[in-house]
Amino acid sequence: MTSRLSQGGLIDRTVTIPFRFDGRTFSGHPGDTLASALLANDVRLFGRSFKYHRPRGVLSAGSEEPNALVELREGARREPNTPATVVELYPGLVAASQNRYPSLRFDLLAANNILAPLFGAGFYYKTFMWPASFWEKLYEPLIRRAAGLGRPATGPDPDNYERATVFCDVLVIGGGAAGLTAAREAGRAGARVVLCDEGPRIGGWLLSEPGPVDDRPAPEWAEEAVAEIQTMDEVRVMPRTTVLATFDHGSYVAVERVADHKPVPDSGEPRQRLWHIVARRSVLATGATERPLVFGGNDRPGVMLSSAVRTYLNRYAVAPGRRAVIVTAGEDGWDLLGDCLRLGVEVAAIVERRAALAQDRLDLARRAGALVFAGGHVGGTAGAMQLRAVDIVDVGGKRHRLAADLLAMAGGWTPAIGLACHLGARAEWSEDASAFLAGDAPPGMSVAGGAAGSTGLAHALQSGARRGAEAASACGFAATAHPVTAATQPAAPLWLMPANRRKAFVDFQNDVAASDVALAHREGYRSVEHLKRYTTLGMATDQGRTANINGLALMASLTGRDIAATGTTRLRPPHTPVAIGALAGMHRGRDYRPTRLPPAHGWAREQGAVFVEAGPWLRAQYFPRPGETDWLQSVTREVNGVRNGVGVCDVSTLGKIELVGSDAVTFLDRIYANTIATLPIGRARYALMLREDGFVLDDGTVARLAADRFVITTTTGEAHAVLSHLEYCHQVLWPELDIHFVSVTDRWAQFAVAGPRSRAVLRAVLDPGIDLADAAFSFMAAAECRAFGGVRARLFRISFSGELAYELAVPAADGDRAVRALVQAGMGEGITPYGTEAMSVMRVEKGYTAGGEINGQTTARDLGLEKMLAKHKDYIGRVLQRRPALREASRPILVGLRPTDRSARLHGGAHFLPLNAPATRAYDEGWVSSVAYSPTLGRWIGLGFLANGAERHGTRVRAYDPLRGGDTEVEITPPCQFDPEGVRLRG
Amino acid sequence: MRIPCPHCGERGNEEFLYRGVAGLARPAANAPDTQWHDYVYLRDNPFGSHRELWQHVHGCRRWLVVTRDTHTHTIADVADVATPAP
Repeated sequence: MTSRLSQGGLIDRTVTIPFRFDGRTFSGHPGDTLASALLANDVRLFGRSFKYHRPRGVLSAGSEEPNALVELREGARREPNTPATVVELYPGLVAASQNRYPSLRFDLLAANNILAPLFGAGFYYKTFMWPASFWEKLYEPLIRRAAGLGRPATGPDPDNYERATVFCDVLVIGGGAAGLTAAREAGRAGARVVLCDEGPRIGGWLLSEPGPVDDRPAPEWAEEAVAEIQTMDEVRVMPRTTVLATFDHGSYVAVERVADHKPVPDSGEPRQRLWHIVARRSVLATGATERPLVFGGNDRPGVMLSSAVRTYLNRYAVAPGRRAVIVTAGEDGWDLLGDCLRLGVEVAAIVERRAALAQDRLDLARRAGALVFAGGHVGGTAGAMQLRAVDIVDVGGKRHRLAADLLAMAGGWTPAIGLACHLGARAEWSEDASAFLAGDAPPGMSVAGGAAGSTGLAHALQSGARRGAEAASACGFAATAHPVTAATQPAAPLWLMPANRRKAFVDFQNDVAASDVALAHREGYRSVEHLKRYTTLGMATDQGRTANINGLALMASLTGRDIAATGTTRLRPPHTPVAIGALAGMHRGRDYRPTRLPPAHGWAREQGAVFVEAGPWLRAQYFPRPGETDWLQSVTREVNGVRNGVGVCDVSTLGKIELVGSDAVTFLDRIYANTIATLPIGRARYALMLREDGFVLDDGTVARLAADRFVITTTTGEAHAVLSHLEYCHQVLWPELDIHFVSVTDRWAQFAVAGPRSRAVLRAVLDPGIDLADAAFSFMAAAECRAFGGVRARLFRISFSGELAYELAVPAADGDRAVRALVQAGMGEGITPYGTEAMSVMRVEKGYTAGGEINGQTTARDLGLEKMLAKHKDYIGRVLQRRPALREASRPILVGLRPTDRSARLHGGAHFLPLNAPATRAYDEGWVSSVAYSPTLGRWIGLGFLANGAERHGTRVRAYDPLRGGDTEVEITPPCQFDPEGVRLRG
Repeated sequence: MRIPCPHCGERGNEEFLYRGVAGLARPAANAPDTQWHDYVYLRDNPFGSHRELWQHVHGCRRWLVVTRDTHTHTIADVADVATPAP
């Protein structure tokens, strides 16, 4: 059997497309949606409803569809809750119905329908309350199994997504009657136009009805209009593109479904593309959504919107039923009756809200052979898996049961104004349009056609042309609105039918019935926002596009207020559901953000380095050697290599800022907490930068290369924040200072050469002219020099390891060659490349602080560096770091620690407790911030912050770590546990 | 949001770093602690026009004074912090 009409429709009958639904094979044609192809194959039952597992069919023919939701595709590409009404048919399409067990026709959980009284609005607040422990173990799993929709994909999304930006003068949102004329007039005037339409074929409602427009069939007129604007150089037509959200200042976000109409994207093609559209003006031409009518059994498969029936008849050449009943609040039902008469679809009856009808209506009904129930209403429906009969109550109150398998509801129209309200504007009720309209649309946006409340093609076409011309004019183009002729039509009012005892659905997707609205009213949830939360009305994936107005109208009638006073809920983005993948674009996995590689990365990779992310950088963490089975072995070897000989480590990722100017010293003295003015030329100094609130921002070194020239370093992670901070200080606080600075992080590669034999290695690579003897180039010396035969270099005698050490900087382009030359030169000394891990071990041994200690919550005093603070100058953070609470002795201060049991291991994050005290917050005395296995000391050691810690060296506390089950007795030590006199680094 | 940078032209707000109210005067070094406390912590939360600092970090890196309506996001004026206030 087939419901396909023998001719007509915008489908290509010469091509047949096979597809599968619930395991059965069907076929359709290009131009079909999954819904139209299934209807053509006489499939009426599409799924089961959310709560009650009621059989559901197709309600609409567009993206507002609440019922015909399917799982599209399989495995990692499975997409649940996809409206079958928007899925373009492609060869091999596989879809499955949702929320049924074991099968769609026989669903065990349909028992929920019988238990419906238990599942009313707010049921989860009051039905399963006792006993409390049952909620997690019994009720919640039960409800999760019973209620819900589709299942998510089974693996990571295999597809790629893109982001793109487009600028235009006029953005036209929607390619229906109003959008087409708007884009055409703006385009004719020469404006840069972007026209977005959610469908694969531009035309909107023009594709769903015969017309005429300008004396031609509507689809033909649309095709010509599209052809005209596509020839315009400045017009970009974007089908399959849904505008999701409106943002400030003419910014819009849209998703383009690039490959959703194919089995899989082509090679290299993104599945979807997220567009950021920046427009000087926009025309909202999103049309309107037809309202269902609320009566008992209005959710049975076969009950559809009249606009959907017209779309299936005219656009897809499918008769979604063999014998129809039409129920209409206005003219739309009569237009459908005309279509049915022309296409030979039997109509049993038409039920009209109005009691008195014009003679031409009665004549039309007579010609169609349809009974007319003027002033009647629908009293209920009958059927199991599909509609079988409609109960009509005539104007006198008498019931008539008519056999029918299709019931078309024409309840009037709801303008699609969501995008006009995203910036916070409240929708305003219009009595004339019987609809909520966009009161004050965002600046630059105008609303046309059905979205502006106009009904009938003539209004839509003309208002679109006018808005398009106005938008182009506002952008400085000379534009005029050309006339278009088509039929006019008055708006249909809201129609609430008398209540009846059967379930009459308001929100199909969330199974909210009229009785739930009444329950919310009885229980006091009467404001629209409360109604929404209590009943979940309008909260499903369709956001209640077919439901909201009926829900509000019911609440208005229950409270005795009018709809304007009842109001509507706030409309928020996104307008339609969007894949998270599209929002993420290329930013996923390793590409979440760009990875920066230091100049010698290639060398480190050749050396077999294991890498770690440090801020935006990839740094060598350690260098495993053959025979080493775990990281600790490698790191221990690297530490021993440095402490007993010499090692080389890439420190290029440290932030480097070069400063020049006659006020450079003044500036640095204001941004650093210690004194800079006394720093001689050719020397470097460790320096601490505070925030104005007194906490430490960052630390690093300041080297003075000339009287007015400095180079400072920042930590890897804070390089950007420090640069921005310095720019703030200079541009905003002290613009009068004569100073210029620039980040040179990327300009210089820098290598630490550390260990007792480091001097010999440096001597081998430096060009003649610099004396490395301790007397000539002592600890904290800095110099500009040449190395590797003429390469510009900067040499600093600074040490983060506690050893005799240097840092050698060369231009980034020479970085790779420099590290190779250093290793070559150090061969005789047994030079050891070491990574961030060994560096960290050595700095913990020395009690030097890093990210675990300078974490934005510690002060110079907490770090044990209070003595560094300058006393006789003003600097950022000076006043607030002196606050009494920050200087209390009980405030945790930096200490070193080691387990009393030499073999015990430590964990970062453990909290300090007094020995024998209970493990409660009241006894918490601080925390462990860094730990390391020290090969030098042969045991685990750490750094931490302990209350009154400065006086507690030598005492014992517990390091308690409930997360990892650790509970270790530790001895508190000074932060520096190795070579506290600094003999080695001055060697 | 789109911010018209006086040096680079109109750009998306993702290119900018927001800081907060503009025009705060840093107290003198010997000012009372209460004045410092207010400078660091106390802020108005105006409904309407707000002069605030944004840095064009992905452009000219200049700090800008943006006069923005906190309710409508309408930007009335953008000036480099070095430009004297009108």
